[in-house]
Amino acid sequence: MQFLSLILVNLRRHRLRALIGVAGIGFGVAAMLTILGIVNGAIGMFERILATDSHYLVLEKNVSDLFFSAVRDQDSAAIRALPNVATAQPLLFGIVSSPGFPVITCFGVAADDSRLERAEWIAGGRAEFGRHPGEIFLGSRAAEFLHAHLGDDVPIGATTLRVAGILKTENGFEDGGVFLPLAAAQDFFHRAGVCSVLAVKLRDRSAGDAFKRAVEAAHPGLIALENREFNQSYHSFRVMKMTAWAVGLCAFFLGGLGVANTMLLSVFSRIREIAVLRVCGFSELQVAALIFGEAVSVALAGLALGFALGAAVLATLPHIPLFQGYVQANVGLAVVAGIIVTAIVTAVCGAIYPARFASRIQPAEALRYE
Amino acid sequence: MSEPGEIIVAVRDAWKAYDGGRVPVLQGASLEVRAGEIVALWGASGSGKSTLLHLIGGLDISERGELRVCGFDPRLESDRLELRRRHLGFVFQLHNLIADLTVAENLRVPALAVGQPAAKTTARLQLLAEQVGIAHRLDHRIQDLSGGERQRVAICRALMNAPRLLLADEPTGSLDEVTGELIFSLLKELAVSYGLAVVLATHERRFAEACHRRLRVRDGKVFDS
Repeated sequence: MQFLSLILVNLRRHRLRALIGVAGIGFGVAAMLTILGIVNGAIGMFERILATDSHYLVLEKNVSDLFFSAVRDQDSAAIRALPNVATAQPLLFGIVSSPGFPVITCFGVAADDSRLERAEWIAGGRAEFGRHPGEIFLGSRAAEFLHAHLGDDVPIGATTLRVAGILKTENGFEDGGVFLPLAAAQDFFHRAGVCSVLAVKLRDRSAGDAFKRAVEAAHPGLIALENREFNQSYHSFRVMKMTAWAVGLCAFFLGGLGVANTMLLSVFSRIREIAVLRVCGFSELQVAALIFGEAVSVALAGLALGFALGAAVLATLPHIPLFQGYVQANVGLAVVAGIIVTAIVTAVCGAIYPARFASRIQPAEALRYE
Repeated sequence: MSEPGEIIVAVRDAWKAYDGGRVPVLQGASLEVRAGEIVALWGASGSGKSTLLHLIGGLDISERGELRVCGFDPRLESDRLELRRRHLGFVFQLHNLIADLTVAENLRVPALAVGQPAAKTTARLQLLAEQVGIAHRLDHRIQDLSGGERQRVAICRALMNAPRLLLADEPTGSLDEVTGELIFSLLKELAVSYGLAVVLATHERRFAEACHRRLRVRDGKVFDS
């Protein structure tokens, strides 16, 4: 018999109690995996929208959210005219609604926008984009949930627009959103002459710093950020990530309490047995290791359960119409490692008091214990 | 292995009280046990026999007095651990085996504490199990054994790490007369065969008289009887 067998025997003996501990950690893992997967997926999608065929993003300085950023058309034109600029694509973000769907992301883009070029056109074509007034172009998921086809009239806000094209992109936000020609979007959102962000592709990327300085010198109200720099500094991304970790950690905290409870009950019900182990030569450290070992075993089983649950939830969510295709989970190695470490640390923390209690059991006193 | 005549247990003027000193149990108890000796601590219930055994085994700590057991001081944590691991074995009135483990698994517990290689442990437990007559029960769970068999397993477990001293606290106390006799005989036989010193706490005169030496425990002191 190995030390591990002794640990497993104790868990097997109180299966229900052990299962409650496993479930506590499992739900924490599943919650964290799901939340982080969704948030990172959402951030990833948003990053890809901005980074499409660009190196730098130009936006209004000190703006709380990109949706409120305003880059004037004349500034966009001036930046586009800079010698090192290959392309500068304006993008106007907005939210539109349709009956039953109060939040649909709307992208106001120019006809030559590269995302229209790269998209798979399911109906209509890129050539139609911006040719006629009163037209809208739907992402394929948006077309699904709006039950709209080419030529249909779709109620958008207070008006009705005709579907002139349906396009499929790899990005869940774009696929679940709608596209308007830039001028139409500016008109719709009452933001004449501005876009939210200008996505700039340089001819020589190594001269990016000079571009950045030139933009900020000529347009004091604007800031140029490299995509990576933007992703790291964008306030909304940071808030989303921190919220996700905070919610996940709260779930883990509850799981940790479950483990503490499980381990404490396990110790209290085995006081005499622990005394026997001490009589047989187990040191305080070995007794504590036994309790920590049980806690880590509970955590490992909880991790397996939690990852399975979380993966099932993440696999299911994209197919739920309510989410409009906005869920495109992204679970990186860092998240998996973070969850594993958090689960084990939680379980170990939950076992500290029980282990301390167990290791300090006095054999003579405990052998008298009934 | 002990040298013949070597002092294994030396207790001088040991004092112990419970409940903050309000319940005195030992009041200057002294005794000496040599290698190969089987010594009975005989006395009524509550006379302090078990407390004295606990002090010798380092399960409890005396308030006053000197104790040396196999050359160690059982009042020191480091010595206590070493004593329990390699130098002494305990047998209790209630077998104190781990109910959910098999006989073999219970026997492996002391070896696990000292990190003994599995092969050596297996050989030792098979030898002992045959000697005490439980070799056919090794894969059974404790709850499937009779009282006598459980006590045999407990004796086996106490001998797993080849101790020099066996402390037996009323080992026949929970057994019927016939089984008690068998267990006592087995203990004696093993003690002789392994050259063990044995300190046996008992309230039964017949077992006390069958030991090499009988010490009377009364009013917290130890007397030759």
